[in-house]
Amino acid sequence: MVNYIIRRLLILPIILIGVTMLIFSMIQFLSPEERSALYVRDIPKNAAMMEDIIKRYGLDQPIYMQYWHWMVGSKDTTGAITGGILRGDFGYSRSGNREISAIIADRFPATVELALYAIIPIVGIGIWLGIAAAVNHNKLIDQVARILSIIGYSFPTFILGLMLLMFFYAQLRWFPIGRLSEWATAIVTQPSYHQYTRLVTVDAILNGRLDILWDAIRHLVLPVVTLSYVSWAVFLRVTRSSMLETLRQDYVVTARAKGLSEKNVVGKHARPNALIPVATLGGLQVAGLLGGVVFTETIFDYPGIGSAAAQAAAQLDVVTVLAFTLLTAFILILANLVVDVLYGFLDPRVRLS
Amino acid sequence: MIEALPAEIAKLAGELPERKIGRLERIIGPEFYRIYKGIFRNSLSIAGLSLMTLFIVIAIIAPLICPAPINARGSAFMIAQIPRDGFSSTPRGPGSAWTRTAPPLPFWMTIFGQTKWVHVFGTASGQYDIFYGVIWGTRTAIFVGVIVVGICVIIGILIGSISAYYGGWVDEVLMRITEIFMAFPFIMAALTLSAILSPIIGRGIWAPVIALVVFGWMGYARLIRGDILSVREREYVMAARVVGVKDMRILVRHIIPNAVYPSLVLASMDIGSIVISFAALSFLGIGTEVGYPDWGQLISFARDWIPALSTYWYIVVFPGIALLMFTMGWNLMGDALRDIMDPRMRGRGA
Repeated sequence: MVNYIIRRLLILPIILIGVTMLIFSMIQFLSPEERSALYVRDIPKNAAMMEDIIKRYGLDQPIYMQYWHWMVGSKDTTGAITGGILRGDFGYSRSGNREISAIIADRFPATVELALYAIIPIVGIGIWLGIAAAVNHNKLIDQVARILSIIGYSFPTFILGLMLLMFFYAQLRWFPIGRLSEWATAIVTQPSYHQYTRLVTVDAILNGRLDILWDAIRHLVLPVVTLSYVSWAVFLRVTRSSMLETLRQDYVVTARAKGLSEKNVVGKHARPNALIPVATLGGLQVAGLLGGVVFTETIFDYPGIGSAAAQAAAQLDVVTVLAFTLLTAFILILANLVVDVLYGFLDPRVRLS
Repeated sequence: MIEALPAEIAKLAGELPERKIGRLERIIGPEFYRIYKGIFRNSLSIAGLSLMTLFIVIAIIAPLICPAPINARGSAFMIAQIPRDGFSSTPRGPGSAWTRTAPPLPFWMTIFGQTKWVHVFGTASGQYDIFYGVIWGTRTAIFVGVIVVGICVIIGILIGSISAYYGGWVDEVLMRITEIFMAFPFIMAALTLSAILSPIIGRGIWAPVIALVVFGWMGYARLIRGDILSVREREYVMAARVVGVKDMRILVRHIIPNAVYPSLVLASMDIGSIVISFAALSFLGIGTEVGYPDWGQLISFARDWIPALSTYWYIVVFPGIALLMFTMGWNLMGDALRDIMDPRMRGRGA
């Protein structure tokens, strides 16, 4: 177990360095004007200004020095340090007209909130329905679950989102788009309203404003459904097949033969073991969510990092997109690490080795 | 020696039901015969196969369903732009008349007694004909799906077999590189690379295609590597080695053909999701030029009309259903193939 975790941790820096090197090599494709967004807000107007940037930020130095400066920042003649992704400085977003780190700080909580709510139906419905389908193999609930899951993993996120918008927003006017209504935004931005966590639903409860909570929930329903459907379809499928496999195992047959109740057999003997492979999906799900937010947020005009990335990409503001890609890659690496360690704890074969 | 067998055993052997080997099985071989039988025994996979066939047929006869406009730009294979009927930004509904510069009338419209083109599925903003986009978009979808997945499989076979064959530090390095590419959320990485490439190589299908390949091959490399490592230990490989067959020949003739099946299953399931990703990039406005016949591009016109989508539903619904059905066809097929190929399912009727 310890060896397993140590090995996993030893690979981690290699992956992290590899990821940053890959991003850095993509930067090399950019034109000098585009690259300058890493250091200055405005496009350099003439050759002399460009020359100045090249000198000041050491862009005439060997490539490994440039990589180093990009990672930790470079000291200019005045002694001020600029850049350095490890310092959280990703440069300027010319499409957003401000520092990329400011955009991330501003928009990341919204994405976190959306993703957290999306996890509830993914795990809840996915696992519950998957187990129910396997226990009632080939019965009605199984057939329904299978059809739901086939449609689910064939449904492109953006089409599902648009279709939901068509019915529930454009036609029925049940759910609005965005993150908060205008009146709620006006209250939230007042100084008397404390933004403890920057997750609007949590802050609304902490401030005792149930009207704002209700408004936030109404805004979250459609994006959460859109974002979670594809993912829970995958969860459902894997849970179902894993549970079917487990129910055929000898120890389940033994448990039945001992005369244990069906509830006991399923709940105590089969389900815990069937869920081990499902845990490995965690990393994949995080990857799916990180990709899914790009479309979900774009369609529902939800102000998170996904829609910011999509806007930047559409305007070919590559420096910004690269920063978001790097950020999501870090999140994914972290998630995979957590999943792997968790898997080590869950699976006795790994835990005891 | 047969005569020497005790009479009882000979009798028993005679009683074993002899499996008839049909002509088809003899022609295509037992492995493909099993796949063939598996597909036609399952209603879901028949549905998948029918959908796939439908789309392939539509792609082939696209110029008959929607004849290319006279003087259309593009190649013999593809029109470069969906024909437009004026430039107004307000979409027009299904069945509305074609007011100007209508393309040649197709044969099937004359069967219905029509003498003039109508916008069968309506028009999107900019008066791009949705029916043309959906029909010709089938070609784009199949082309992109097959090209991307094909190149990914080839890269996967190369990397996977080199990795498994040489082992040691080569394996270690290649697998770490694979993991680095896998560390990115696929769609984010593809989005970034297309945004980088499209100013360099120009707008069109190639920037997203390259981006999807660059971040799409890793699954195949890992799968092939694993399968080669397991196939390598089989008796027939040992036998080939014993009779002195050269290493390279063993790899190419014996190991890879036997290790490649699971990857082909993955490939067939991947075509659907690659086409979704491609459409998704187009939807975000990265990749093909405005007006190129491709489903994602068509759906992106809906972004101008989000508050009025219930009026202009046809911009989303027709291309959306095409994309959904296309993906579903490949997924159903892939599902069935996976069940058939699963070694645990072997010999269970399929």
